[in-house]
Order: sequence, then structure tokens, then C-alpha cells
Amino acid sequence: MAWRTVVGMTTTLDGSAPPTRTYDVGAGEEIAERGRLVVTVGEGADAVTVGVFRFRGRLHAYENRCAHQGGPACQGRIVSRVRERLDDAQRSLGLAFEDDSMHIVCPWHGFEYDVTTGRHPGRPDFALRPVTVAEEGGRVRVTV
Amino acid sequence: MTIDDGVRRLPTQEITTHTDSREILANAARDTERYGLDDYFIVDVDSHHVELDSWPEILEFLDSPVLKDTAHQMMRNWPQASHLALHNHPPGLTMQDVSGRIPHQASLAEETPGAASGAERDVTLVRRAMDAMSIDVQVVFPQPMLETGLHPQPQVASALLQAYNRWFTSQILPREPRVKTMLGLPFEDPDACLATVEEFADHPGVIGFLVTSQRHAGVHRNAYMPLYRMLEERGLPIGFHAGPNQADSMTSTMNRFLSAHAMSFVTCNMTHMTNWVINGIPERFPNLRTIWIESGLAWVPFMMQRLDHEYYMRQSDAPLLTKPPSHYMREMYYTSQPMEWTDDALLEATLRAIDAPNTLMYSSDWPHWDFDVPGRIASLPFLDDHAKRNILGETARKVFGL
Repeated sequence: MAWRTVVGMTTTLDGSAPPTRTYDVGAGEEIAERGRLVVTVGEGADAVTVGVFRFRGRLHAYENRCAHQGGPACQGRIVSRVRERLDDAQRSLGLAFEDDSMHIVCPWHGFEYDVTTGRHPGRPDFALRPVTVAEEGGRVRVTV
Repeated sequence: MTIDDGVRRLPTQEITTHTDSREILANAARDTERYGLDDYFIVDVDSHHVELDSWPEILEFLDSPVLKDTAHQMMRNWPQASHLALHNHPPGLTMQDVSGRIPHQASLAEETPGAASGAERDVTLVRRAMDAMSIDVQVVFPQPMLETGLHPQPQVASALLQAYNRWFTSQILPREPRVKTMLGLPFEDPDACLATVEEFADHPGVIGFLVTSQRHAGVHRNAYMPLYRMLEERGLPIGFHAGPNQADSMTSTMNRFLSAHAMSFVTCNMTHMTNWVINGIPERFPNLRTIWIESGLAWVPFMMQRLDHEYYMRQSDAPLLTKPPSHYMREMYYTSQPMEWTDDALLEATLRAIDAPNTLMYSSDWPHWDFDVPGRIASLPFLDDHAKRNILGETARKVFGL
């Protein structure tokens, strides 16, 4: 089967879905709330590095490649979204963390992504490539 | 239950200031294969090392026993001055790393086994970045010292630049022939500029000279004409390396680093460009190659249109010109970073306006927070391979005689 890669998307020339493989990458308990596990799965040119994150108990996984310049977005700071508070008169009350939020930040240039969507908060079309992740029987499996 | 074969946990789950540059830049190394970058001659015309890491070594190169004593006393007595003595490090610059979100901006604190001096460590770090980004030749500049142009005591600035230039040429350049530099000029003192060119112009690896960050001296002042003549005669380019300053009259109203950086890094070079062109410096020194560094590119078509428009109505204000300002600007050189990439149509128009295949030179600005990898140029959809080769290295080869 012939393959090509177009802007981070792998497709087959005949339009069929590429084959996938599911990998057991570890125990669920190894990924704490607001924690992560970054793994490389596969070999050679097919190798993919994936970050698995836990937020509000659920797992989310993305390819470790920033939509900007391809940086290792899954290996950056995990931080809450910063908001600016305003009073009723629209006066600024300063900056504050939105506690019930989780951003992953590409360490190359600071692009931030909401971990629940993989999207940049100000430009949603800048997005990490999502990776299928499942947690069953205490094990974490990703499919690439 | 076990982890499947073919699964490898990354040893570094979170990149910090202590992470090895090669690991930080591992994804850039993948671009090498993706774009065939090993087949390109890549020159990075603007990158940085952290000279403050080696500051005590550099200060030993000060000529003046009085200044050297001042430096020693500062380092000994001031708790925070061990790597800042005599320096005018602007406090706002510590906002650059976006509160730890971009660790390599704050520090490259990785291990460099066997490096016995700051210079050896610097060369090791430069080599790691070059190899990770497939760069063949890297032009290396200092970082905070680029603010020397704003030092409150010009004679101290001149002395620091002389010490730094002596340290860099004797300790860094001999260790790695792939490293080149354009040395900073003590621009507040035109005579000292001439002495700097005389002392260092023939040193291997010195490929030009820089005006750094300052924006208070008009580059058209008569006192600078001997400098431009000397550089032209020696065939050495002059570069204008911009720098941010939140204390400028305009940026002092700004409450966010983003705002000050976006404006100040550009207005600095816009000011010099305006004085340079309108006063006909390119007419006076037609063979002096001029390079505009680290201001991005979006400002250039703005200035071309703005200056042309005014020139057509006020030709008598610029009597040395024999053609519109934009025509001179198209004959100068520009480094690419930080390349404003957010709108392909605007970027394509910008590159066309500046004749990018013949004037644009790739620069990474590594390890700054807004650095660009070579893949940034290689991935541009509207450039042909010839243009990409020129931008990534062939134009620099010509400009610097590499």
C-alpha cells in the first residue's frame, strides 16, 4: 500500500484508512490527576510520540507535535488557563488562574492547548492531533 | 499485565531548563529527514549564547584596572551581581520565558561534561543546537550584551564590548570554525567604533559588525561616516540588531511584555532604517552591505510604502536619493526571524516586496523564546527550491564570503 503524509495527516493514496495498532503503554494509576505519560510507540519511520494526560479523571492523548513549528508540546508545562477578571464596570481586576482548567504548553514557543480539546484557546484551528486512548482494567492503551 | 513491546517511555517527561538541548530540539531533527535539510547549506545568521554564564571570565578581559576593580567589588559584595557586574541588564527581560512556559529562554542549565570553562561550555551548547537543526554555519551573538547600546554610561559600555569582543575572539571562535560572529560596536563613541573594526576585522570568524539595540543616536550623524567608509572598504557588512526595551517612551505605557516586545523590537530598526535611507547612506556607501536583524519582516513593506509615499511629495527632504526609498530597501538584507507566518497571503506579499530569494537570510535566534527552526523556511508553500536554498544559506554564503 502506498502512503503519503500531508500536513501531519497520514492518508492512503487509495483513500482507505491506514492500519492502526493498539499499544498497552502502562497502568492507569501511573497517570495522576493533572499528570502525564509521554511514550514513543512503534519503530522507525512509523514511530509516534504520544502524550497521555489525565484531567477530571479522564484520559486525553495527543501526538507530541505542536501545530506551530512541530515542537514537543506534550513535554511542556501543565498549567491552568489564565483569565483576566473584570468588574461590572469593565475595570480590570487583574489576572487569575481558572482552577478547573488544564492547559498543556509547548516548551518551544509557548503555544497553549486545552487538554480536553487539544485546541489553542484563541485559535481553535491550531490543534494537536488527537490519539485514541482507552483505560480498561487498570491499563492504558493508545491506538495509532 | 505489562507494557507492550515497541513502547518506550521518554526519559524526560517534562522539558525544563536542565533538559539537554538535543532533547529539546529532537523534533527539529525530524525536520531534517522530512525536508531533506542535510542536502541544504544552512547558515543561521542570528543565534545567541549566554555570555552572562561566563561573565567573570569576560570581565578579566577589561583593560582598565579601575573598572576591573569595580567589577571585582561588585561581584564580591553584591549578592546578585556575581554574573551581572557593570551590566545594564533590563529587569523586564526576565519576563521573556512566559512564566516558565518556555524554559530554554530562561536558561540552558544542562550538563556539559568535560567543559572546563564558560567558553568550552558555550561551544558545546552551540554545537548541540547546530547539529539538532542541521545548521552548517552559525553566526553567534551575545544576549543581554545586546542591550549595551542602552547602557547609561557609554564609556562602561565601550569597555564591556571591548572585553567581550576580546574574550569571544580568543576563547570561542578558535574552538569551533563553524561559529562566526558580527561583533558589537560601541556606537556611542564613533572613534571607539573605528578602533574596534581595526582590532578585530581580520580575526578569523569575524564576518561583520553590529549596531546593537541602541535607538538614541542618529545613524546618519557625520561622526559615523568614517566607520561606514571603513566597513565598506574592508568588505564587511554592518548589521542592525534590534532589541526590546520597556522603558522607551512609547513602550513605557505598555503593561504586558508581549506588547512591548512586539513594538520595541521593530520600532528600533524602523528608526534606523528611516534615517539610513532618507539621509542617503546607501548613495554615499553603495558597496556597504546592510543587514536588518531580529525584527521580523512585516515592518518592511509597511516602511517601503510609507517612505515612498512621503518621498514622492517631499523629494527635497531627501535630496541624496536618486530612486524611491523602497528601491534601496530592496537592495539590503534581512534575517528571517521572527517570521510572521500567521497569514500566508501577507507573508508571500512581504517576501515578494523584499525580493526574498536574493535578500532574505535564515536565522534561528536560538535559544530565544520566539526562535525559528529551518523547517519554517523549508515548509513555505509558495517558495521554489532555489529560493529556499538561497534563504537557508546561499545568500549568506555570498554576503559573508563563506
